[in-house]
Amino acid sequence: MKTETKIGFILLITPLLLWLVLLIIIPHIDMFLVSIRERVGVRQYQSSLANYGTFFEEPLYIWTFVRTATMSILATLITLVIAFPASYYIAKMAKGRTQSVLFLLCLVPFWVSEIVRTFGWMILLRETGLVSSVLQWTGIVSGPVEMLYNDTAIMIGLVYTSMLFMVVPLVTTLESLDDQIIEAAYDLGGSGLSILREVIIPHAAPGIVAGSIVVFMLTLGNYLTPTMLGGKDSLWFTELIYLQFIVRFNWELGAAFGFMLLLLSSIIVWSVLRLTGQTLEKTMG
Amino acid sequence: MTPDLECQHLIKRFGETQAVDDVSFSVPQGSFFSILGPSGCGKTTIMRMIAGFLEPSGGDILIRGKSVLDTPPNKRPVNMVFQHLALFPMMCVADNIGYGLRRQGMAKAEIARRVEEMLHRINLPGLGQRKINELSGGQKQRIAIARCMILNPDVLLLDEPLGALDLKLREHMKIELKALQSEFDTTFVYITHDQSEALVMSDQIAVMNTGRFEQVGSGQELYYNPQTAFVAGFVGESNRWIGRVERIEGREAQVLTENGLTIFSSSQGSSLMTGDQVEIFVRPEAIRLSKKAENLDDLRNRLSGKVVSVLFNGAASNILFQAEEELEPIEVALPQSGEMTNLARGAEVAIGWTTDQARCFKWTDG
Repeated sequence: MKTETKIGFILLITPLLLWLVLLIIIPHIDMFLVSIRERVGVRQYQSSLANYGTFFEEPLYIWTFVRTATMSILATLITLVIAFPASYYIAKMAKGRTQSVLFLLCLVPFWVSEIVRTFGWMILLRETGLVSSVLQWTGIVSGPVEMLYNDTAIMIGLVYTSMLFMVVPLVTTLESLDDQIIEAAYDLGGSGLSILREVIIPHAAPGIVAGSIVVFMLTLGNYLTPTMLGGKDSLWFTELIYLQFIVRFNWELGAAFGFMLLLLSSIIVWSVLRLTGQTLEKTMG
Repeated sequence: MTPDLECQHLIKRFGETQAVDDVSFSVPQGSFFSILGPSGCGKTTIMRMIAGFLEPSGGDILIRGKSVLDTPPNKRPVNMVFQHLALFPMMCVADNIGYGLRRQGMAKAEIARRVEEMLHRINLPGLGQRKINELSGGQKQRIAIARCMILNPDVLLLDEPLGALDLKLREHMKIELKALQSEFDTTFVYITHDQSEALVMSDQIAVMNTGRFEQVGSGQELYYNPQTAFVAGFVGESNRWIGRVERIEGREAQVLTENGLTIFSSSQGSSLMTGDQVEIFVRPEAIRLSKKAENLDDLRNRLSGKVVSVLFNGAASNILFQAEEELEPIEVALPQSGEMTNLARGAEVAIGWTTDQARCFKWTDG
């Protein structure tokens, strides 16, 4: 009996271990080894931290790095602010069929690929696009307006892409909040705002943190949306990595950039967890 | 003196269904008022209208003589203990109790003092910093009441708060709730489907069925003197027969049941006529049980027969008695005075009851 359970356990854990070791751990070890070597001649390498040095010496790299982090945080916050009322409505106010329909509507955009979705936004926002035409037709502006290739366009795209990943954990945690608790707070003299602050948000905290972490990670590592909506000069850190690997064939520097990005996201996630007093088990469980 | 709570012709409709149908009652200051009824009878709807979570379709609700229909729930001088208590799991005990005071904008030091005082009053001193999920069922119960009572409401509403507790604790909490009510001297309005909760604690009980109050009165009145068939059947245990009135003589009606049993019962002053379809209720504990038939000669209704089975349940033990094969068994309380302890299945016994113990109501087939 005991050996049987053991075999069952091994069988179940094997795919997970294979996945982790082959697809995540081994490539990362290899990447790390690549990042700490320096090319000194043709097919001649020596280990050094020169690649990381390059990163810190070049202001453009650091600037892009900081900019990517700030915009990702901002996108996460905007997503949260938009998703919270929507999730609250889906979880607490909508009933029965409406609830599932609304939830489905959040999912619908994800039935088409990210590239098609982003092209959709380009069609809306470009100079000859829908928004520009409507503005000209109503006479608000006299000539065509270019709304693509700026930070606002990037932000719109990022928030739009991330919405579902914020709504799902929020709806789940908000649904677990007993309606009676909200009523009790109201009954005891609470106003809408104070109930939100003292009852609803503390209860939803694990969902808020979980959603924010997922959205932040996705945004930070997003390549398509910033490139398409932000144009050539969008200065997203993943673009720099792409550039080093594919255009420059400088795998060493690209790998170092990759590790800097990993480090950055880890630090930010860790500090958010510390700041909100949440643990990873609590938010992901 | 104006009553603490008064409902006048209260009506609530949900679409086609009439959940509360023209209910009027008033609860005097400092009393314990219960609304007793089966689930779905509309009692929770009344409670939610008083608390302000539902708007009545008609009628008025007055608290201390003033209509509160235009007052939102967070401004009403009424607080509610919810069915699942609804304590705030994200706050400690002290923050739970102090929540209402914080919302009133009271100074922190004053809140802390009052919360401490309240914890002493409910016999849980020093538990202020505990988390809610570290408390036992009975402690949570007391916290939920304290959280409301600290606001000094005119009326405290309790929505079946004992439902989630196990039997032993529920028995204990009944006594404790009553004690808390007299200590705080606040009007309690308690809704339940459990008649024993209502009977033990209440000064006044309203028995509710399908949106209407069937009868309002003290526990004794409801038990000894039910005014409608529903109350007779719902409050306490009863044997029930359906039959036809054969003869009326003064206050006594002679009824022949469907199975051919003749029962003499009191007609309750209701206007029964010969030939009317009636329901008859006889409580198991109102039936006398004897091993010798001649001991029961003074009783108007007498039957001899066999014990079909003994339903032993300690003090609340009953036997099932059957006079003849075709008659349905009658439940009879087993006296605990000693002489009946060895009664077993198949034993020959006699039972009997007086005319007044058999209550007879006109049967309106629903």
